[in-house]
Amino acid sequence: MLQSYLPILVFGALGLVVGTAFIMLNTVLGPKRPNPSKGDPYECGLPTNIASTFRFGVSFYLIAMLFILFDIEVVFLYPVGVLVESLKSVFVLVEVGLFVFLLMIGLAFVWARGALDWK
Amino acid sequence: MNGFPPIADTAFAEAPWLLVVKSIVIFGVMFAILPLLTVLERKLLGRFQQRYGPNRVGPVGLLQPLADVGKLLGKEHFRPDGAVPFLFAIGPLLVVLSGILAIAIIPFGNVVDGVGLYGIDVSIGILYFFAVGSIAFYGLLLAGWSSGSKYSFLGAMRAAAQLISYEVAMGLSLLGVIFMAGSLSLVDIVEAQSGLWFIVPQIVGFLVFMLAGFAETNRTPFDLPEADAELVAGYQTEYGGMRFGSFLLAEYIEITVVSAIGAAMFLGGFLGPGPDWLGPLWMGIKTFVLILMFIWIRATIPRVRYDQLMSLGWKILLPIATLNALVTAVVVTLT
Repeated sequence: MLQSYLPILVFGALGLVVGTAFIMLNTVLGPKRPNPSKGDPYECGLPTNIASTFRFGVSFYLIAMLFILFDIEVVFLYPVGVLVESLKSVFVLVEVGLFVFLLMIGLAFVWARGALDWK
Repeated sequence: MNGFPPIADTAFAEAPWLLVVKSIVIFGVMFAILPLLTVLERKLLGRFQQRYGPNRVGPVGLLQPLADVGKLLGKEHFRPDGAVPFLFAIGPLLVVLSGILAIAIIPFGNVVDGVGLYGIDVSIGILYFFAVGSIAFYGLLLAGWSSGSKYSFLGAMRAAAQLISYEVAMGLSLLGVIFMAGSLSLVDIVEAQSGLWFIVPQIVGFLVFMLAGFAETNRTPFDLPEADAELVAGYQTEYGGMRFGSFLLAEYIEITVVSAIGAAMFLGGFLGPGPDWLGPLWMGIKTFVLILMFIWIRATIPRVRYDQLMSLGWKILLPIATLNALVTAVVVTLT
């Protein structure tokens, strides 16, 4: 019944109101004493020289790709998981086992290739 | 085997006005309790470190959150010149929105006198928690990237990589419970524990879930996105005033939600002696115990290194959680 999803809209609206209030309040209530040095980013140690073309480690991309692979595995296991208890069928069990086994081969592969070692 | 059983029954729903009222009540109660959690945490951290913690504002420091909010409200709003104004504002909004949406799924009790003591109880159940919780990633990434500051950016990248790494382990750790309960609806899962709490057969899943929970909420020992010694304050470095406060608020909401989900999935949620309407009390007590664990661990364990964090998530928690799920599936099928 779609009606039971209604609270999501209520919570969403409350979240938007609270969030918007939080990000606007200081503009409205706070003092206004502009100063050019307030526009500088936080500095510590070496001079901060940041541009939008800032480069960062490729490891982050690797992690993101692995996440997509394994999170989809988890999501696919959920619908089957609901049925395991009520069906109690060896067929479902073998299916789950096979699915996880194939993905574990993938995990073993990326592990052996060193994708899980943080560099 | 008698065909496919009906997926989690959710035919029950109250009148629309009642749904709206109960959502607002849940929201109000949570927002009355959350500020007290911040005092509790600071008090306990103080005691752990043999000092008093806040005790000046109000009786035993209980009004400290009001003073904090007052101070944050009185701050000037400014942002770095290199920041992207719109995205800089959207970051904290998304983080708070994600937290507040997640509150809806907490089951405080079953249906009592025609009113379900929960925000929503739907057949997607626990998947809603993952889906809504993930919105916070966007908030963190946007906040860090749009700040135009080195530390914010590094903090945001770390936060994103850490959150997605532990999301996998967290999802797998709950799979064992789903195999045993045969439902995704949190109320059904709690009811399935009337004989035995799932923490007993699923102790491995519980431990993996809590570890992943610490990482998901950026708490010590996994608070690398905001590791003050290296990154100043991570993605929130350039934020001040209530925008900074919203990250803090979101963190406490997330701690509460993760503790509540943990209590519902493993500790029997609202089950306990006494009549049904006592459910919220039991749920509250169990959630509170898990929240105390968050604070206790923060005071006890030092921060791990980033490579240790990543290998813990991928090389230890992921295989253990998978193995736990497989063993559970075998046991559930064959008994």
